[in-house]
Amino acid sequence: MSYSSYIALIPILPLAGFVLLGLFGRKYLKNASGIIGTGLLLVAAVLALYTAYHYFFVDGKVGDQYQSITAFKFTWLSFSDNVSIDMGIVLDPISVMMLVVVTFVSLMVHIFSLGYMKGEERFSTYYAFLGLFTFSMLGLVVSGNLFQVYMFWELVGVSSYLLIGYYYDKPSAVAASKKAFIVTRFADLGFLIGILVLAYYGGTLDIGTLIQKLTQQQSAEFLAISTASLFGVSALSWGLCLVFMGGAGKSAMFPLHIWLPDAMEGPTPVSALIHAATMVVAGVYLVARLFPLFTLTQASLTVVTYVGLVSALIAAVIACTQTDIKRVLAYSTMSQIGYMMFALGVSGYGGENGLGYTASMFHLFTHAFFKSLLFLCAGAVIHLVHSNEMKDMGGLRKFMPVTNICFLIACLAIAGVPPLAGFFSKEEILLAAYNSNKLVYGEALFTSGLTAFYMFRLYFSIFWNKQKDFHHHNDHGEGTMSMKIPLIILALCSAGAGFIHFGEFVSSDGKALESQFDPVFSAAPVLFGLAGIMLAWVMYKRETDKPQKVAASLGGLYRAAYHKFYIDEVYLFFTKKIIFNLIGRPAAWIDRNVVDGLVNASANITADISAMIKGLQSGKVQAYALYFFGGIVTLAVVFLYWWK
Amino acid sequence: MNLSLLLIVPLITALGILPAKGLKQVRAIAMAGAAVQFLLCGFLLFAYLQERASGNTAAFLFEDDYSWYAALNIHYHIGVDGISIAMILLTAFVVLAGVLVSWKMEKMNKEFFFLLIFLSLGAYGYFISLDLFTLFFFLEVAVIPKFLLIGIWGSGKKEYSAMKLALMLMGGSALVFVGLAGVYFNTDVNGAHSFDITQLSAVNIPVDVQELFFPFAFIGFGVFTALFPFHTWVPDGHSSAPTAASMFLAGISMKLGGYGCLRVATFLMPAAAHEYSPIIVALSCIAILYGAFATMMQTDLKYINAYSSVSHCGFVLLGIGMLTKTSIDGAVLQMVSHGLMTALFFAVIGMIYERAHTREVARLGGLLKVMPFISTVFVIAGLCSLGLPGLSGFVAEMTVFMGSWENADSYYRIATILSCASIVVTAVYILRATGKVINGPIVDKTHLSFTDASWNERLAAGLLIVGVLIIGITPFLLKDLINPGTAAIMTKILGVIK
Repeated sequence: MSYSSYIALIPILPLAGFVLLGLFGRKYLKNASGIIGTGLLLVAAVLALYTAYHYFFVDGKVGDQYQSITAFKFTWLSFSDNVSIDMGIVLDPISVMMLVVVTFVSLMVHIFSLGYMKGEERFSTYYAFLGLFTFSMLGLVVSGNLFQVYMFWELVGVSSYLLIGYYYDKPSAVAASKKAFIVTRFADLGFLIGILVLAYYGGTLDIGTLIQKLTQQQSAEFLAISTASLFGVSALSWGLCLVFMGGAGKSAMFPLHIWLPDAMEGPTPVSALIHAATMVVAGVYLVARLFPLFTLTQASLTVVTYVGLVSALIAAVIACTQTDIKRVLAYSTMSQIGYMMFALGVSGYGGENGLGYTASMFHLFTHAFFKSLLFLCAGAVIHLVHSNEMKDMGGLRKFMPVTNICFLIACLAIAGVPPLAGFFSKEEILLAAYNSNKLVYGEALFTSGLTAFYMFRLYFSIFWNKQKDFHHHNDHGEGTMSMKIPLIILALCSAGAGFIHFGEFVSSDGKALESQFDPVFSAAPVLFGLAGIMLAWVMYKRETDKPQKVAASLGGLYRAAYHKFYIDEVYLFFTKKIIFNLIGRPAAWIDRNVVDGLVNASANITADISAMIKGLQSGKVQAYALYFFGGIVTLAVVFLYWWK
Repeated sequence: MNLSLLLIVPLITALGILPAKGLKQVRAIAMAGAAVQFLLCGFLLFAYLQERASGNTAAFLFEDDYSWYAALNIHYHIGVDGISIAMILLTAFVVLAGVLVSWKMEKMNKEFFFLLIFLSLGAYGYFISLDLFTLFFFLEVAVIPKFLLIGIWGSGKKEYSAMKLALMLMGGSALVFVGLAGVYFNTDVNGAHSFDITQLSAVNIPVDVQELFFPFAFIGFGVFTALFPFHTWVPDGHSSAPTAASMFLAGISMKLGGYGCLRVATFLMPAAAHEYSPIIVALSCIAILYGAFATMMQTDLKYINAYSSVSHCGFVLLGIGMLTKTSIDGAVLQMVSHGLMTALFFAVIGMIYERAHTREVARLGGLLKVMPFISTVFVIAGLCSLGLPGLSGFVAEMTVFMGSWENADSYYRIATILSCASIVVTAVYILRATGKVINGPIVDKTHLSFTDASWNERLAAGLLIVGVLIIGITPFLLKDLINPGTAAIMTKILGVIK
């Protein structure tokens, strides 16, 4: 079966779900909405798996190299002869991998939500939005055109906006949804201008053609884009850094990360899907998609490396101090995406040099499983406890055995304990960092220790520690079967996904990359991880006053981290004080008082003159109209005869 | 197809309204007239595409030419190209939706619908005119009824607004007239002065004449389309107008200006357009950003949409001022897109106002709970305004940006980047309004008794949303439609830039 005969169905099925549930869900389908949405996604997921099988094992490989296959393409909007927005589906190792990840995690979230969201007033709207998101995300990953990426990029942004603001009558949720959209919009401004720059010099919006043209050092396009410069930075670096700005916004990289913790206001399954497994890795995916271009200029790769590194560290530090379990997970996500980012930054193109690229994609893959699992477990916990705060939890292992085991597996995976999935992918990232930049390696190693610590702080606080009073309703206990099954499936994936020989399938140049697993090298990260776990064990397994003592002894550092390094406050100052008070308010005032004042002044002068012929002013609008008509006619007549 | 039908149908409708008795009869006739006109416009599109498909490459199709006043060589010369058809279709959509939202108009309904239909007559006439004088005539027809619509059926400080709008638009018209007369008296087509657009475009108007009269024409038309600093009638006019009039005003009337800037000023005087391009770009860039920032501070829904129209219409002028094929395509797309989108926005604001009797953002809240349909429409209009892909605004703005970027000069680059920055500000004001009015808790207990949209309101919103979606999802249809028209304009421009 050729791809073109069914591939478009993968994004279209969720879209159909959106349209169907959006138009008829509320009135006619009601509770059936969940089943319809899930059913459509099940088909899409099966098709995606089939595609992956077909691509990786049947016809994706020509010789020893995986090819990029354009399954279909049509011109959507043409600007000039070469520059046009084409809509299409491009299959290559990373897009096929993403097809599987997106449909699979989305399916799990759809199933989980059947129980979790049961009885919600806007149940069908919820599934409609999930469909819209899945469609947009799938459209994004299969894009072969830079502008198609941008379009779906905006669409995932709006789906995220709608889902964060799902509890629309809750002011904090509304504020969070606005913040998420506006911060990412600001980043997208960079993306847009980056596209303009690349398209102008590259003479095309097609990613494949663009890469082909610019990677030839003698091509006219390459010479033009690398010689043109602004402030001593080449147009190529500018373009790529601006595109990366968009990616950093979506992937919640420092300093554009401020929306992600707030985005936790959305329903928890949504956080699992959008803010853990799929949308937030779009920035990493974007860099990977344009990777051959990034390798052309060291400047852009350096930016990617350090933004990723700083984000990984800062987020891990903040995560150690937060008390809302979803926020801890949000910072953890940011930190892990930082890993993926700097893995790309330290990577080169082709062969052994491309280890960082493979590692980054591998980590993206495994992270999708264990992080969505963590969020779904958190969802199950919140469902039972009716609180997000760690202090309201404790000792839950007795009430939710399945969730307990699943959460533990996910924590071990993210902490990099062998042989779980996170161990293998993080191991590769560290190796790539070690080969290229020791500073990056050192910091990454330290951060992996922190990761293990904050994750197990979370785990022990929720499932061990002292049992708190909570009004648990025995009627749903751990939740329905539909909530448990996705947890178990994801736990199996988190445990086993690491054994895939990822390098054979995904590499920077499409050729198989041998796994460079080395037990000696992996000793260090594992030790750091275990140390983190031990520390958490000592501090949080039982209720003690150690956490408070440690916090007190850290003093200012702890407070700063607890307040997220006051980054939100800086933004608030900038937007409220500068944008609103120094630009917005004066603009509105000037318009009403200066510009309009001048207009009115000229009118008043006219009015004074006309006051002399006051008799005509009857005060009736109809009479004025008559004068208007009369005046025009008179003028016309005079004009016509005068010129004769 | 006989283009004059486009004038005859509204004329008959308007006259038919006069003897009608009671609201039911009046609106039935208005509705029937608008619907027939809508179908007629659809047929026009069909006929046009057929003509083109059969290989007719004439610049204007379905031409008719009668001498109207031989002494001054004034002709009733009509014809359409893709650009005019796009604008005509826009008018048909907005007028039909306008009639639908005015379904319960109690006060002086006969006069109201008469004027509304009469306005549309002016717009149709304007868009099919190929004679400058005829074009000017219809432009005036489309101004005067607005004064009455606002003055009589408006709200707030309506007399002030009506007078301001009429005076400023009249002032604009006067400038236009000077520009047109200047062209007329300074050109020689076959031994005579001419108002004929097709003839004038074939001769090259002397550059000094262009330099002198282009500003008159461009600023004159610019007043209609909120050229900074002549935009101040927009907020007052739009906010005081009754819903259907706001829809018409922002949806169509502002486009009369953009169309004039393109078809008359730029097409006939490309050398001057090229020369003044930096000024046009600067003014439109100011309008885009300054309008957007001013919108951010507004507290009345209609003022929000009115100021945002200033910002969005800036893209039309920016596209024209940039003088590249793509940017001009973008300008036309933006005219159609903004026309539909802003009409939708005003329609939904009208629906909210009718129920809540306030447009103050602070006094509204949580409407999604009580009016899911209207709220959804509000969100769609908002998303279109902030340029969400899949809706028309995105296509138009991106085309303008792509086209503007083709100008490699750093002056234009800076202007483009600044204009791009408005997409962030737009998101801020749209989401602030949506977050407060649609989302959040209900602020007033009495709002709990609101009813959702009635069938006529649903139909009106649905109609405009379909329009917005068609452009947003299949932009190539509209792009192909306008392509020959903008290509012809571009040929003239390239002739002088070289």
